[in-house]
Amino acid sequence: MGTINEVQEEIVEEFSLFDDWMQRYEYMIELGKSLPLIDKQFKTDDNIIKGCQSKVWVHADLEEDKLVFTADSDAIITKGIIAILIRVFSHQHPDAILEADTSFIDKIGLKEHLSPTRANGLVSMIKQLKMYAIAFKTQLN
Amino acid sequence: MDVQKIRKDFPILQREVNGQPLVYFDNAATSQTPVQVINTIVDYYKKYNANIHRGVHSLSQEATDAYEAARKKIQKHFNAAQSHEIIFTSGTTHSINIVSNGYAELLKKGDQLIVSALEHHSNIVPWQMLCEKTGAELKVIPMNEDGVLIMEAFEKLLSDKTKLVFVNHVSNALGTVNPIKEIIDKAHAVGAQVLIDGAQSAPHIQADVQALDADYYVTSAHKLCGPTGVGMLYGKQSALKRLPPYQGGGEMIAEVTFEKTTYADLPHKFEAGTPNIAGGIAFGAALDYINNIGMDQIAAYEEELLNYATDLLKKIPGLKIYGIAPQKTAVVSFNVEGIHPYDIGSILDKLGIAVRTGHHCAQPIMDYYQIPGTVRASFSFYNTFEEIDSMVEALKKAIQMLQ
Repeated sequence: MGTINEVQEEIVEEFSLFDDWMQRYEYMIELGKSLPLIDKQFKTDDNIIKGCQSKVWVHADLEEDKLVFTADSDAIITKGIIAILIRVFSHQHPDAILEADTSFIDKIGLKEHLSPTRANGLVSMIKQLKMYAIAFKTQLN
Repeated sequence: MDVQKIRKDFPILQREVNGQPLVYFDNAATSQTPVQVINTIVDYYKKYNANIHRGVHSLSQEATDAYEAARKKIQKHFNAAQSHEIIFTSGTTHSINIVSNGYAELLKKGDQLIVSALEHHSNIVPWQMLCEKTGAELKVIPMNEDGVLIMEAFEKLLSDKTKLVFVNHVSNALGTVNPIKEIIDKAHAVGAQVLIDGAQSAPHIQADVQALDADYYVTSAHKLCGPTGVGMLYGKQSALKRLPPYQGGGEMIAEVTFEKTTYADLPHKFEAGTPNIAGGIAFGAALDYINNIGMDQIAAYEEELLNYATDLLKKIPGLKIYGIAPQKTAVVSFNVEGIHPYDIGSILDKLGIAVRTGHHCAQPIMDYYQIPGTVRASFSFYNTFEEIDSMVEALKKAIQMLQ
């Protein structure tokens, strides 16, 4: 498993193969299908990320000193977005997650999802993943 | 009605979104603004920007005259008996809050208020807050599968405990036109007052507040080709006189001493502070614009758009339309089986089509159908049949991508 930056670069490279938004969206939808799905018992209202028009559930577990995320969404574009974020953040140390810069989203042509007013709540998703990192960091110390 | 000529009045309709010509089908959220209305705002700031009602200088007089002329236009458009029955507000939500706050002093524990299941949150939440404050009870007129209010249930809810009934003229989420005349008459028969939320109807249906005998009628300018941040509260003189003021401040007083302040007459009693002067004047200009085209022509054309879109959408496999009332404004709320409305909205946006997705601030309706939301396309008189074709094509593309 590479560092957060390495994984981000890998994703940027994959997306650079496509010339138009439609192919990028199709790829994102494809990535959503490989999302590590959240266990049914964690798919509760408590684990829904607020600020999204569609529902996104996220759960985190600690494996040694790394965080492992699972998630799901009822919308497939959102599922693709959370799948990309989880691919970047999963199997990483909480410190690395907290320090991570997420401007790669811009580079893969999903800039419109970065606006805080956007109803899909990409910003809320990143915030929530970082919140898990803070919570588990205190457990590690 | 010459749609191509009308479209030239709307500069925004010429622009592109994501490299595609804009197809604007989010008119129920806000309508676009014709150049005639934009010019009114520009003229105001260029030529006679001044505070109203107080200054003795000429600019203040000109601004006051224009603002009061706009009030008269609104009065005439909605056929209010007197111009001081029209209160300028910041919009429908503000108008509703003026009434709900005033009612806090008029209600007692055990009184009942009736709302419909088809309401926007802005016509639910202020009343819930009022009930918490006063101990009054909120009753709900249920709807059926078609998105139509069940009037027999409404009749059963009415009693001498009923003090106020508030319903929208048209549902924002489904487009259902509610039988408001019947609701008003039945509510009056038990001595209750009625507030009609006209935010969604005013752009499409001519409302005559005297013929309806509504106690209150509220709407926003920005749904009617006017600017945002301005709207109106119509109230019968007798109702407004009885209603305590909502905000204190300048303009709304007759006399102020530290011992006691007496309130100004209508409409100023409810118009504390410097209002949105340019907005008020532009509201008048927007009504002029619409009346110039003609409300009847607008309604007839929009009905054609609605029928055309409904027929085309129905042919798409797995597509379900929510709200199939016999009387509807030009709103189609729908879902496609197995696809989240948010996904459809995102792809349509990429293709230049602006629709609304989500619960449309009407969660109780979504709960009724047990859906997370819908895709809502809402049409206006400046939209075309070709634009509907573009939306249907884009929708087919989206479905292909998303299924």
